[in-house]
Amino acid sequence: MSSRDIILQRLRQRTGGPRTVPECDFSVLQRPDWSTAERIDRFRRAIESVHGEVHLCRETDWVDRLAGLLRARGARNLLLGRNHPVSEAVRASTHPDLPPLRVYDRPIEQWQPELFNDVDAGLTSTRGGIAETGSLILWPTPDEPRLLSLVPPIHVAVLYASELYPTLYDAMHAQAWAAGMPTNALLISGPSKTADIEQTLAYGVHGPKELIVLVVE
Amino acid sequence: MTTHPPHSDARHFHERAHAAIHDPKIRQNFRRAMDGLMSKRKAAFDGWDLEALRTLGAHIRLRALAHLPELLEQLERRLTENGIQVHWAVDGDEACRIVRDICVARGAKRVIKGKSMVSEEMELNHYLAQEGIEALESDLGEYIVQLADETPSHIIMPAIHKNTGEISELMHEKTGTERSHDVEYLTAAARQQLREKFMNADVGLSGVNFAVAETGTLCLVENEGNGRMTTTVPPCHIAVTGIEKVVPSLADVSALLALLTRSATGQHITTYFNLISGPRKPGELDGPEEVHLVLVDNGRSAIYQDDELADTLRCIRCGACMNHCPVYTRVGGHTYGTTYPGPIGKILMPHLIGLDEGRHLPTASSLCGACGEVCPVRIPIPDLLVRLRRESVDGDRLHPARVPGHGAKRGATEALIWKGWSWLHARPGLYRLGTAVAARLRRLQPNRAGAWTDYRTAPKLAAKTLHQRMKERAQ
Ligand code: SF4
Repeated sequence: MSSRDIILQRLRQRTGGPRTVPECDFSVLQRPDWSTAERIDRFRRAIESVHGEVHLCRETDWVDRLAGLLRARGARNLLLGRNHPVSEAVRASTHPDLPPLRVYDRPIEQWQPELFNDVDAGLTSTRGGIAETGSLILWPTPDEPRLLSLVPPIHVAVLYASELYPTLYDAMHAQAWAAGMPTNALLISGPSKTADIEQTLAYGVHGPKELIVLVVE
Repeated sequence: MTTHPPHSDARHFHERAHAAIHDPKIRQNFRRAMDGLMSKRKAAFDGWDLEALRTLGAHIRLRALAHLPELLEQLERRLTENGIQVHWAVDGDEACRIVRDICVARGAKRVIKGKSMVSEEMELNHYLAQEGIEALESDLGEYIVQLADETPSHIIMPAIHKNTGEISELMHEKTGTERSHDVEYLTAAARQQLREKFMNADVGLSGVNFAVAETGTLCLVENEGNGRMTTTVPPCHIAVTGIEKVVPSLADVSALLALLTRSATGQHITTYFNLISGPRKPGELDGPEEVHLVLVDNGRSAIYQDDELADTLRCIRCGACMNHCPVYTRVGGHTYGTTYPGPIGKILMPHLIGLDEGRHLPTASSLCGACGEVCPVRIPIPDLLVRLRRESVDGDRLHPARVPGHGAKRGATEALIWKGWSWLHARPGLYRLGTAVAARLRRLQPNRAGAWTDYRTAPKLAAKTLHQRMKERAQ
């Protein structure tokens, strides 16, 4: 018999008999239906408490804001996704403060050392956010690959305020996650951090040292 | 790099506990860390109906365990549809062989690892080293522990027993990092050392926090980003997990996640919550081309047989029970000599190593109940400790003893004394006579009673027996 069958058979023939199945009451997870302003406020406080930054912008000025933030940090370049309204908006801009743009358009195998060593900042869109925990929802795609939000030391994300959900539970239901998940989905709630050395917080251990969220109202 | 086998050495608990209690450095490192974790947990649940949330957590886990075989089959089906290859391992050795075979088939020589307690349970690093495959830990705490050739002393904070000075010295000696008490500097140095390793790794190996049956999704919780690196950069990702980690739905995960991160480190959520449902699809530019899941039994299906003991399998490995344990806080994780230390280790390890080897585990507790009170899935840890104590002496007439090595502590003298005790108690006349004589002779009672009085004063028999006093009151 295969190990699989041995294990399943042992579980099925348990001597204790069938186990009782209690009711699961999820109402304890429910949060009030916060207004958009309240959601933004909670989101901002949560992100800021873990060393992230939130900037409120408008559709017309977020690219300018991005340019200023990158300039202030002396970023030498900005990595964009391929075909996405967010990356296209940046490409269409002529703002003088924008650093040279690069595009994630090749399989990682072809340029891994470059991505790891030479890219300063990465820009991604989001699939919404979670107000309660200050989380960004990302579903990487062929146009916005997984490492775009992980390897560059600065990660900038564009979040539409209208897509802020109160809780993870709400977001999953509203977006029907159970109907089909992508190869990789992520919640990102701050810059990479560790407290493994004597409980002292340090940022940027393996992922980005900085997370900047541009909330578009 | 070679690693010693994480020698399971639970037999010498008392010797090590004695040494640890007198080691001010260990006492201080753990005390400080555990105090911090306890207050952060408390603050993180502020404004929540914690008891209702724990009930939900317990019910979700109970429901999942009730349907365990069906859920595992559903999980396998979904994962396979998604392109993830599923393997089953009866024990740790088989799981190690599965990992090795995948590596060999790919010609892989370098494995980079995210945090996985199941891989510690399998003693995977040691096994792979013998097979000529390098396994390098990438979680900062695990990296430090591996440099020191030690085992984790806490399931969430593996290097909690070391302070900054010791870590700096270790990194200097093993990697040439300049000595520094600046945690940022040490972290940055480790980042640099590990980035190279990520780029060159052939396989990434990780654990799993929750496996979702409805969608075929593997969930990983982490703060550093090394878990994402491990599961994204190398061309092959192998996840290992215990069979009990499966839950029916994503909704279940949203509740368990809320409990897990708050209970573990007092965070509302970790930096990354990584949901993996398949290998790289055509057109995608990164991610592993192959993803495997190894489902490890290693004693779990045996625990599952018994209604009471099966509660052990609810555990979501948050570590809150150890953070709140007065014994763990004083003696530290290494004292237990087991993969999982603290209260969860005391109820889980006897099943894996037997009650003979693990004879001191169930009694390394004051039964204060703190672990049971904080457990986010309401595992009645103190009750399970009592059950295991009974099993160690085969002292249970109601439940058949079933933990391997049960009865290991049953001694002929003790059994005889109890037999005499019950014989006496079944004979009221003799019993009364006996207690009356004992009360008369109480002055002869010794002040010391072996090890029992090392830390306690000996109890004194009362001058009058209960029967006498009751009679006097009635008059
Ligand atoms: S037994 Fe409970 S408190 Fe301890 S690690 Fe498991 S879930 Fe957490």
